[in-house]
Amino acid sequence: MSVDIYKINPEFRDIMPKEILDLEDNATWDGEKRGINDLTDKKEILEEHSLCAGCPEAAALRYILASLPTPSETVIVNSTGCTSLMFPHIALHTVHSLFGNQNAVASGIKRVLDWRFPDKTKDVVVLAGDGATIDIGLDYTLQSFFRQEKITTICFDNEVYANTGGQESGSTPKGQVFKMAPKGKVFDKVPMWELAVTSGCQYSVKLTASAPKSVAKVVREAILIAREMGPSYIHLYTPCILEIGLDANEGLWEMKEQDKDRFVSFKYVSPEAEEYLKNCKKEGIL
Amino acid sequence: MANLGPADYSPYPVATYDGILTPPEGKALLLTDIVDEEVAMREIARVMLTSENATIFPGPQVLYAWNEEAKKKATLIKEMAEVLNARMIPMYDYRPKYPKIDAAVEINPNHPNLTIWHNNIKACIFIGVHCHYANVALKIVRAETDCYTSAMCALSGHEDAMATIRDQHSEDLARFIKVAREVKQELGK
Repeated sequence: MSVDIYKINPEFRDIMPKEILDLEDNATWDGEKRGINDLTDKKEILEEHSLCAGCPEAAALRYILASLPTPSETVIVNSTGCTSLMFPHIALHTVHSLFGNQNAVASGIKRVLDWRFPDKTKDVVVLAGDGATIDIGLDYTLQSFFRQEKITTICFDNEVYANTGGQESGSTPKGQVFKMAPKGKVFDKVPMWELAVTSGCQYSVKLTASAPKSVAKVVREAILIAREMGPSYIHLYTPCILEIGLDANEGLWEMKEQDKDRFVSFKYVSPEAEEYLKNCKKEGIL
Repeated sequence: MANLGPADYSPYPVATYDGILTPPEGKALLLTDIVDEEVAMREIARVMLTSENATIFPGPQVLYAWNEEAKKKATLIKEMAEVLNARMIPMYDYRPKYPKIDAAVEINPNHPNLTIWHNNIKACIFIGVHCHYANVALKIVRAETDCYTSAMCALSGHEDAMATIRDQHSEDLARFIKVAREVKQELGK
């Protein structure tokens, strides 16, 4: 895809709404310095969304989209879940895959893009929930890591199947009760960020979306590593405030609490990837 | 509530159930009849020139300058709107918009009837809308409004439109404008 497809024919500028004119005139597409600071005064590539008020996942997606190094050369692969309600509103190529298949689909897309556009750098980013990444799609997630596919996988972990009424997932912590898991989870939370390391990821980070700058840094690093080295994985806590009984203004507080508990920072960078990131910093890419 | 369209309370949601198919190459579809392209062009021009609030709905394939053909078509569509005394309302993307669209200035394939009701549009032309979304929109308009729909399609046409011309490229649009000028003169508009 090229940003050129957003160039409006001059004959129609007078009938186009401001949001589309802004997308051409005032959005940060491939600028070297694009980032979360642009959220305040630039046109976002996520126009609006239909998630719950105060949803941390919606905020996290905005941070991620603002941090993509080259959105016009990025394909996002997503899976069924709350986030799939937002994808029709993003001015990027997004591919909705069957639940759990997202890493297999992304692998195929990345390989074809590399073959079709050998002179361009194309990023493929998977965005899926914990059910798709860790439960139903675990096979496809891990297999893509084993195969060293050059894709970035971002898991929005809300620790529950939220939009189907509150069933426990592999990512639910032990003892947690939900509406459709009344007896409480019997087993421990699956440490996906550790599985990612042992399965061959060059980069694996666990964090919450409480600090936008941290999210932005991690997303940029993960995508750069996936371009050159191999798979990268981000495990991002984005609680479902409805399922855990919080108000719209309490999502941030919940994430800050978990920064010190279940989501205490975890970061693994392979030695080769670390070297590569140092070079990126020297060259001013990071 | 506006008047219902030709599908009305028909149990059939799509024109194909009534045996209406897209026209063969070189031909056009007028309601249930296969006719010559020129006949359909004249009828589309006549309906547009004689109906209340005639409107052209340009879609993304012509709104954005993504190739040379799109640039040529944009110029021609602007000219077409002037000849037909028609307004233009863009279908600039296909997102389901929340809480709802601004029906005064835009049209969306998921609720095209809202724009047609709001602006009391009695005749329209869909052009540059990707076929799968044109199909969705035209079915809704056919059932929910009394607007006369014309589809100028670069591919094989749309049976859910009341008039459809297929394989319409920039040279064909230029031909349509010429025909429309003649009809306009005949009608003394």
